[in-house]
Amino acid sequence: MTFINYASREINCKIVYYGPGLCGKTTNLQYIYDSTAPQAKGKLISLATETDRTLFFDFMPLELGTVRGFKTRFHLYTVPGQVYYDASRKLILKGVDGVVFVADSQEERMDANVESLYNLEENLQTQGYDLMQLPYVLQLNKRDLPGAVPVEDLTYELQKKGEPVYEAVAPVGTGVFDTLKAVAKQVLTELRKT
Amino acid sequence: MAHSPFILQEQEFQKLKTVLARLCVECVARVVFLVDRDGQTIAFNGDIGDMDTTSFASLAAGNVAATNSMAKLIGEDGFPAVFHEGERESIFISVIGRSLLVVVFDERSTLGLVKLRTKRASYEVAAILEEASRQSQTFAANNVSAFADITDEDIDSLFS
Repeated sequence: MTFINYASREINCKIVYYGPGLCGKTTNLQYIYDSTAPQAKGKLISLATETDRTLFFDFMPLELGTVRGFKTRFHLYTVPGQVYYDASRKLILKGVDGVVFVADSQEERMDANVESLYNLEENLQTQGYDLMQLPYVLQLNKRDLPGAVPVEDLTYELQKKGEPVYEAVAPVGTGVFDTLKAVAKQVLTELRKT
Repeated sequence: MAHSPFILQEQEFQKLKTVLARLCVECVARVVFLVDRDGQTIAFNGDIGDMDTTSFASLAAGNVAATNSMAKLIGEDGFPAVFHEGERESIFISVIGRSLLVVVFDERSTLGLVKLRTKRASYEVAAILEEASRQSQTFAANNVSAFADITDEDIDSLFS
């Protein structure tokens, strides 16, 4: 839920990166963190296991600038991708303003993508959201890997509602900021309707 | 669709700050935060030093969300309060509807005192937030938002 503070003139929005295990959600956040000026970001918090798998969530606040005199801050979260952390995923979706689905382009991860996308729709519903009405972007990550499924095939399988689709190679930043911009733009556009 | 935004006006913000300031003194606390359940800081009072308050708020909300889910697994509706005891600093979190009142205190205070004072303050905070929520809905319904006429250029300028 967007929080608008007229006293401190701030807008705070929550964006969640969703997707199957090891698809590159944390890598997206890490790249954004590494590429952002210190004054525009807070700490990158990772609640991870000893082997660096996300246990609960990753979080970083990102300040984009001012719109209509209001400081605009995005709170970026990732969810743990592994199937058995579903309870954590549900919690992190609470109060979400926009979602990025990070798909893994490898053929052997196709089933995991489909399962995670289904899980996203289901978990959004339990929180009172409808994916079809929510700011949403599809990112096709790991485009650099040999044998990546063609973009047309992935889009055909995973695109839900004509949402923007971005190809990405998260470790080197390809498509990372395009994805973020696309979802942030949709979230801010929603504010017009409030 | 996303839920309607929560809009906090200057008057309610100042009322909340006043309650938090008083609670901070009464509890002999280092700092007192009011955080929403989505992890966003609504207001705070006290000595934050170099504390990363944004991360703190997010983790406090995650903490309460996780403990509430644990509560449900053992047949409780939720835990109305959560306490973390440290060697020097401790944290007491009281759940007030969709918000959390978070008190950080050290050995100059006691858990009993913090619980007692927080309980009283929580009634006042709840009343102010209820009024703020009513106003937020009226504001949205009357479509007097400052953002109704945001242009594509305004949004694009954030990314330039």
